[in-house]
Amino acid sequence: MDPVAAKLLGAGLAAIGVGLAALGVGNVFAAFLSGALRNPSAADGQQGRLFIGFAAAELLGLLAFVIAMVLVYAV
Amino acid sequence: MLTKGSDVAAEGGKIDPMHQFTVEPLFGTMNWHFPFTNSALWMVITLVCLWGFMLGGMKRELVPGRWQAAVEGVTGFINGMIATNVGPEGKRFVPLVFTLFMFILLSNILGLLPIGITGAHPFTSTSHFTVTGVLALLAFGTVLVVGFARHGFHFFSLFIPSGTPKLMIPLMFVIELISFMVRPFSLALRLFVAMTAGHILLKVLAGFIINSSGAGLGWGILVGGPSFILMVGISALELLVCVIQAYVFALLTSLYLNDAVNLH
Repeated sequence: MDPVAAKLLGAGLAAIGVGLAALGVGNVFAAFLSGALRNPSAADGQQGRLFIGFAAAELLGLLAFVIAMVLVYAV
Repeated sequence: MLTKGSDVAAEGGKIDPMHQFTVEPLFGTMNWHFPFTNSALWMVITLVCLWGFMLGGMKRELVPGRWQAAVEGVTGFINGMIATNVGPEGKRFVPLVFTLFMFILLSNILGLLPIGITGAHPFTSTSHFTVTGVLALLAFGTVLVVGFARHGFHFFSLFIPSGTPKLMIPLMFVIELISFMVRPFSLALRLFVAMTAGHILLKVLAGFIINSSGAGLGWGILVGGPSFILMVGISALELLVCVIQAYVFALLTSLYLNDAVNLH
C-alpha cells in the first residue's frame, strides 16, 4: 500500500477512537443525571467526581486525536 | 480566524489548519536569545486582563458592586473547591490554584476572540504543549515539594493503598508509581489537545465556507451556509470547553494537592 494512503487511513481509523470517547463522555453524564434525579440533594456534592470522570473519558478521546494528528503531520 | 483562513485561501485554495499555531517573533528573528513572539504577546495580554480584573474588583466594600461581586464569585468558587477537596489545610494553596485557573481560563477565551488584526491575530498560548507542560510541572512540582516536606519518605506510602496483601505490594507499587508519574503529562496533554482540536475544527469549517463561496453562489449557499451555522454552534461549544478545561485543570491540581497534604 502507498505509505501516504496508509497513514491517512490510519488517521481516519483513529477517528473511531474519538467517537468511542464520545460514548464514554455521554455515559458519564447520563449516569450522573440518572443518579442525581433520584437523589437531588446529594447531587451537588458529587459534581467534582462528575468532572473527574468526564476528564478521564475525554483524555482517552483526545489521545486518539493526537494519534491522528501525529500520523497526518509528524510521520 | 476567518480572516486568517482567507489569507491562506487566497494564496492557493488549500487551507492549512495548522498555520494558526505558528509561533513567530513579532520583530527581529527567531535567532535572538529571547525573541518576543506572538505567544508571549498573548500571555502578556492575558496577564494584563487578569490584573485589570482583580485590581478593579478588590475594593473591600461592605456592599459589593457588580465588579467586586464578580471577583468574589471566582475567588469563592476556588476557595470552595479547595475546601471540599483538600480540607482546611489547603487554604495556603488557594493562590496557586486560583492563578492557574484564571490564567488558563483567560488565555483560552482570549484565543477564541474573533478579531483579525494583521500581525496580531488572537493566539491561544495554551494550545502549545510547552506552555501547558510548564503549568502542569508547576502543579506537579508543588505536589512533590509539599508531599516530601510534610511527610518525608513516608510520602511513598501513597503508592501502596492500605489493605494491600503482602504479595501484591511490589506490583501495586509499580502501578501506582506509573499512574503518579503520568499525572503531569495527562494534565498538560488534556488542555493542549482540547484547545488545539477545537481550533483546528473551527479552521476546517472556515475553510469549507471560504472554498465553497469561491466556487460560486450556489455552492456557497449549499455548503457554506450550513457550515457557517455549524461554526457558530461549535464556537459556543468551544467557549464551554474553555471553561471546563480550566475547571478540570484546577480540580485535578487540588486533588493531587490533597494526596500530598493528607496521604489518602
